[in-house]
Amino acid sequence: MTDTDGTVQRELEQDPAGPVAAAPQARIPPPRPRSLGARILQVSAVPVAAVLLAFLVGSVFILVSTLFTDREFDLFLPWTAYTSLLFGAFGGLNPIVDTMVAAAPLILGGLALGLGFKAGLFNIGAQGQFLMGGLGAAAVGASVASLPTPIAIAAAVLAGAAVGALYGFIPGMLKALTGAHEVVTTIMLNFIAAAIIAYLVAGPLGAEGFAFARTGPVGNAALPDLPGTRNLNLGVLLALLAVPIVWWILSRSTFGFEIRTVGANPNAARYAGMRPALVIMTTMAACGLLAGLAGVIEILGVTGFINTSYGTSVGFDSISVALLGRAHPVGILFAAILFGAMRAGAPEMQLDAGIPVEIIDVLQAIILLFLAADILVRRLLRIRVARAGVDELQTVTRSYGEQAAP
Amino acid sequence: MEAIYGLPVIGLFFQLIAYLFEAIPNNGAIILGLAAPIALGALCGIMNERSGVVNIGIEGMMLSAAFAGFVAAGFSEPYLPQFEIELFSITAPLLVGVLAAILTAMALSLLHAWLSITIRADQIISGTIINIAALGLTGYLNRLVVSPNPRVGAGTFSSFSVPREVSEFPVIGWIIDMFFDQGPIGMSVIFLVIVLQILLFRSRWGLRTRAVGEHPKAADTVGIDVIRLRYRNVIIGGIFAGLAGAFLTLEATSSFQNGMTSGRGFIALAAVIFGRWTPIGALGAALLFTAAGAVGRAVSIRPPTDELAQLGQLLEGVPNEFYQALPYVITIVVLAGVVGRSIAPAAIGQPYEKETKAA
Repeated sequence: MTDTDGTVQRELEQDPAGPVAAAPQARIPPPRPRSLGARILQVSAVPVAAVLLAFLVGSVFILVSTLFTDREFDLFLPWTAYTSLLFGAFGGLNPIVDTMVAAAPLILGGLALGLGFKAGLFNIGAQGQFLMGGLGAAAVGASVASLPTPIAIAAAVLAGAAVGALYGFIPGMLKALTGAHEVVTTIMLNFIAAAIIAYLVAGPLGAEGFAFARTGPVGNAALPDLPGTRNLNLGVLLALLAVPIVWWILSRSTFGFEIRTVGANPNAARYAGMRPALVIMTTMAACGLLAGLAGVIEILGVTGFINTSYGTSVGFDSISVALLGRAHPVGILFAAILFGAMRAGAPEMQLDAGIPVEIIDVLQAIILLFLAADILVRRLLRIRVARAGVDELQTVTRSYGEQAAP
Repeated sequence: MEAIYGLPVIGLFFQLIAYLFEAIPNNGAIILGLAAPIALGALCGIMNERSGVVNIGIEGMMLSAAFAGFVAAGFSEPYLPQFEIELFSITAPLLVGVLAAILTAMALSLLHAWLSITIRADQIISGTIINIAALGLTGYLNRLVVSPNPRVGAGTFSSFSVPREVSEFPVIGWIIDMFFDQGPIGMSVIFLVIVLQILLFRSRWGLRTRAVGEHPKAADTVGIDVIRLRYRNVIIGGIFAGLAGAFLTLEATSSFQNGMTSGRGFIALAAVIFGRWTPIGALGAALLFTAAGAVGRAVSIRPPTDELAQLGQLLEGVPNEFYQALPYVITIVVLAGVVGRSIAPAAIGQPYEKETKAA
């Protein structure tokens, strides 16, 4: 169960050069290139190839979908669709702002997932933590709406982050104390969060005088636009700042070291004097805080309120972002911008090419498929590059059938 | 009784018990109808996990099957012979729909098997991909195919009506009514559970499956083809997920909504764990998870009155959202209370690789 040889063995068998050629150096991972550029190429080759291949496969979907619509068959439709997607995402200042605003919650959500991965935790509950964080910010924001701006913003942001952290702490505590696996409990908490919002927004937290049930206006707690810009709100800056902070915590702090050790091998961490249960609980709370912040900036920066049936795709998108970014903060940043661009550019594509915006979800799934079957991509590339996977996921899957850590 | 009901606090508790005794038999068929997709999903989970494969993609398989079943039944209707069997009001499109649902879930199971057994990708990631892909693809195709044709739909199977003499039989009448006042898929649940229970613990296949899930290396040593058995079981498991999906769009309702499985596939996983990886246990767990929701529905239709009026006043104050969230809450509570004492198949989540000469 705890042998690490299995992974090496897997590397050996999946090596494109074949087991015989690779046998002598089998236990040495691909040589670590000296220059930064070569290292970036090594870790990003598979994810980038997966994205490109996904767009290729996606074009088949687009062609097939013309069979169901009134449009005539057009071999260049995928090209039209993708160029208008690109134009809608990056063609000018406003589209770029839209892309960044769409990417910001994905950056935070992706970091929430990535941080969990590093501790061997699969936090599918980013959705619920996002919603609860957004609810906290909307509720507190509405009640401090007339206070001075800095105080109002600070109160609303902190409230949302705290509610999100608490909502992440619950499955962490359940896992640490009882062994209930976070994959199931966090999904259940997502549905519970939706019910809580439906109840609170229609009842105690609802505002008077609107045609539908929603929270009151956030007034001064709304995140202002950055100086000299339009719609580029403070939340985007907050999300961008979170990247170096999480990177620092993970790779330079004691807490980060404990997270990575527990993620690599909880038993070894225990023997080294760490307390995996404590690390799991605090990490899940931190994940909840990040996902909650994603909800905060979406509510305070974009919508300004939350209603009873508030829906979002940030939860699932964050999973894809973290996997595509290989759970590394910088990778997550780029993956989030990619998905943000797709979300921001999709309406333009629907307008120009008549492709439903839901194609983005399909593309996302194909990207993930290529990442999971990364051996195919590596064969295609014919180069020795690092696996695309997140190594700590082995701990996630192993813990599915395991008992609670004492 | 009235003396007991009149007691403060404790009296309310007794009133609640009395109400449950009244409400549960009256709503037996509804409870099983809610539990059926979860129990079928759990059978899929058992087939997978007993052979050592984690499958968190059941939710996605169900959703895709529900969509495929709905679309196949709806769009094949004009081209099929028209007949209707009185029992269950079976029609040709409905059968085509069920078949399409099963095949879709089996195809996704094949993908899961390929990723997690052959490619040896992480099994939880593989399941996650299936969930995300199902949500995306059904949403995309729903917009593309179903939305422009709002009148498409082939109706639903109807329930078998249990004769009054049987359903009013004292003590066990309501249990018979619960399992047999169902459409064909809902009624099949009890049979499938019993058959799988017997096969798993009394047949050669069952012994081999459990061996592969507990100690694949030992199973391999005595000549069991681990890879092949895992493939077979994962794909057969897809049949159950397909039935669960077909139940949602061809038996329970006659429409498809995006994300309509709403976590049932994950509740099924919890039912597998709570039922200790046995079909009968999983059915019991599914019934427990959904009874609460059914009682909630019963309260809104016919709140407790007369002697139980005090309870009725109390329940009136309980918001509807509470009952909606109850199955999820109960799932978490049960999972947290039971996992430490419930032992999973030992090889769960680990890809198997045959030892080769190179190693």
